[in-house]
Amino acid sequence: MALDIDLRLRLGRLELAAALRVEPGEMVAVLGPNGAGKTTLLRAVAGLQPVDEGRIAVDGAVLDDPSNGTFVPPERRPVGVVFQDHLLFATMSALENVAFGLRARGVHRREAREIAGGWLDRVGLGSYAGERPGALSGGQSQRVALARALAIDPRVLVLDEPLAALDAAARPTVRRDLRRHLESFDGMRLMVTHDPVDAYALADRIVVLEAGRVTQAGRLADVTAHPRSHYVAQLVGLNLVRGRFADHRLLLDSGAEVVTADAVAEGPAFAAIRPQAVSLHRHRPEGSARNVWSATVADIDLHDDRARVTLAGALPMVAEVTPGALADMALRPGDEAWASVKATDIAVYPA
Amino acid sequence: MTRAAGRDRLPAPALGLAVVAVAFFTLPFVGLLWRTPWGDAWGVLSQPAVRQALRLSVVCSLWATGLSLLFGVPLAWLLARVDFRGRSVVRAMCTLSMVLPPVVGGVALFFALGRRGLFGQYLDRWFGVRLPFSTAAVVVAQTFVAMPFLVLTVEGALRQMDRRYDDAARTLGASRWYAFRRVTLPAARPAVIAGVVLAWARALGEFGATITFAGNFPGRTRTIPLSTYLALQSSPDEALILSLLLIAVSFVVLVGLRDRWLGGIRAPAGAG
Repeated sequence: MALDIDLRLRLGRLELAAALRVEPGEMVAVLGPNGAGKTTLLRAVAGLQPVDEGRIAVDGAVLDDPSNGTFVPPERRPVGVVFQDHLLFATMSALENVAFGLRARGVHRREAREIAGGWLDRVGLGSYAGERPGALSGGQSQRVALARALAIDPRVLVLDEPLAALDAAARPTVRRDLRRHLESFDGMRLMVTHDPVDAYALADRIVVLEAGRVTQAGRLADVTAHPRSHYVAQLVGLNLVRGRFADHRLLLDSGAEVVTADAVAEGPAFAAIRPQAVSLHRHRPEGSARNVWSATVADIDLHDDRARVTLAGALPMVAEVTPGALADMALRPGDEAWASVKATDIAVYPA
Repeated sequence: MTRAAGRDRLPAPALGLAVVAVAFFTLPFVGLLWRTPWGDAWGVLSQPAVRQALRLSVVCSLWATGLSLLFGVPLAWLLARVDFRGRSVVRAMCTLSMVLPPVVGGVALFFALGRRGLFGQYLDRWFGVRLPFSTAAVVVAQTFVAMPFLVLTVEGALRQMDRRYDDAARTLGASRWYAFRRVTLPAARPAVIAGVVLAWARALGEFGATITFAGNFPGRTRTIPLSTYLALQSSPDEALILSLLLIAVSFVVLVGLRDRWLGGIRAPAGAG
C-alpha cells in the first residue's frame, strides 16, 4: 500500500534513473536543482511521460511497466496533479474548474457542481465559485488547483513546485495554508521543489535528485546534518569535503588533511563543517585548534550581521565571521590568510 | 498620444511609399463609388434574378463555411498537434488553393469530380451523383478555396497554445476527445470565429473555381460574383451596385475582425 517508483527514462539530454517509495499519509519532497529531472519524474507518475524501463505502481496496481506492456493513460490513473503555474482553465469559472474532473468522469452536472462547491468551501474559496481564474490571486488560484486535483478523489497527489509561481511576500501564508490543506489528505503525497524551505515546511522525508540520479534520501534532519553532495551542503549552508578516513584523519585528494575528534570506519568519508566554526586569522594562530591551514581569500560576501569569506586552496571552505572582525583583519579578496577549525567542530560520516 | 506617434514615425522615403500603397488600394474603390448610380440601387437589388443570385450566394457560402468548420478544425488540430512525416507537404497540399488561381482549382475539381473524372465517374456510376454544374458543385468549389483560411487561422492559434492545459485535463480524467472539446476548443474560440468569418467572406466572393466547375446557370449556380461579371457586359450600372455590395460585406468583415477577434488570436493561450 504505497506509491512505488523505480524508473529509467531518457528525454533529450536528461537520463533519469530513480527509485523511491511514498507511504500512505506521507509527504515526500523531491529536491534538486533545475534540470535534474524532477518535473519529468512527476510527469511519469501522472502518466504524461512513459518510462523506458522500470515500474510505477500505486497500492500494488501497476501503472507503467514496459517489460509487459502495461501503461495506464493519465485519465485512468488515481493521481491528482497540482501543476507549477496551476494551469486553471481560463474559459471556466473556479467552480467549473474544480468540477471538471468529475464531469470528465461522467458525474452528472448538478452533482459535480455540488461536490466542487464543497471543495471550494474546504479551501476557503466558497465565495469565489463564479470567478474566472484571471480574477484570482496566486495563492487563491493555487487553492483552486489543489481543490481541482483533490476533487477526483485520487490516491496520490503530486505537486510541481507548488510555491514557485507566487511572489515572495505571499509565500509564507500560502505555504501555511497549503500545509493545512495537505494534512487532510490521507493518500500518498509527492512534491518536487528546488526550494529547501518548501521541503522543510511541507515534507516528512526528502529525496535529493541531481542530474537524474538520487544522491541522497531520508528524514530531513539526517539529510541536512549529513549532506552527501555539494548541492545539498550548499542548500543547508555547510562546508563539505570528501576523502579517505583513517586514524582520526580525513585525507583529501588534494593532499590536505582534516583532523577530527569523532571516528568512523576506515575508508571513504565526508566531513561537514559549519561556516561559523571556521576562524580566520591574519597570522598563523597558536592555540588548541587542531586544524590550521593557510588559504587565499577568493571572495567576500557582506550581509548585515555577518560576512561570508570564501577560501580557496587545498582545503576550500566558506568561513562566516562578523563584519567587525573582518574589518579588524582588513582582509580583501586575493589576500593570504590563516584558517582554523577545532576537531570537535567537524562532523564525520562514511561516504 | 503624440509621444507614441513620435516613436513610431517612419523615415520620409518609407512613409512616401506607404502612402502610395494606401492610395493604390483606395483609389479603385473611390472610382467605383464615384460611378455608382445610387438611385438605381434598390431597383437593381430587387430584380428577381438578382434576388435569386443573392439567395444562392448566401445559402452556398453558409454551406461552404459549415463544411470548412466541420473538416477544417480537425485538420488544423492534426497539423498543429500531431507530429508525422510529411506534415509540411500535407499542409502545403491543403492550403494550395489559397495561392492557386481559382480557375485552376476549378479545372482540377472538374477533372477529379467531373462525370468522366478520376473519382467523379464512380460517383456517377455507383451513386448516380453528378456534381458539375449543380448547386452542390458551387458549395464544393467554395469550400475548396475557403477552408484553408480557417485551417491556417485555427492552426496558428492551436500552435501557440500551451499544451500543458491538455495535460492538466488528462490528469483530471478527460479523454483526448473530451479535453479537446472542453479545453482546447474553447480556448481557441476567438481563432475559430475569425477563421469562420474569413472563410465565409472568401466563399461569398468565390468566382473562378465556381464558374469553371459549376458553370453559370441562373438559379442553380449563378452566385453574386458570377452575376456581377455577367452584368458588366450588359448593364455596367448593375455590375457596379453588385460589386459595391460585395465590397461592403468584405470591408465590414475585415474591420470587425481586426477589432474584435484578431486581437484575441494573439493573446497568450489560456488567458484568452
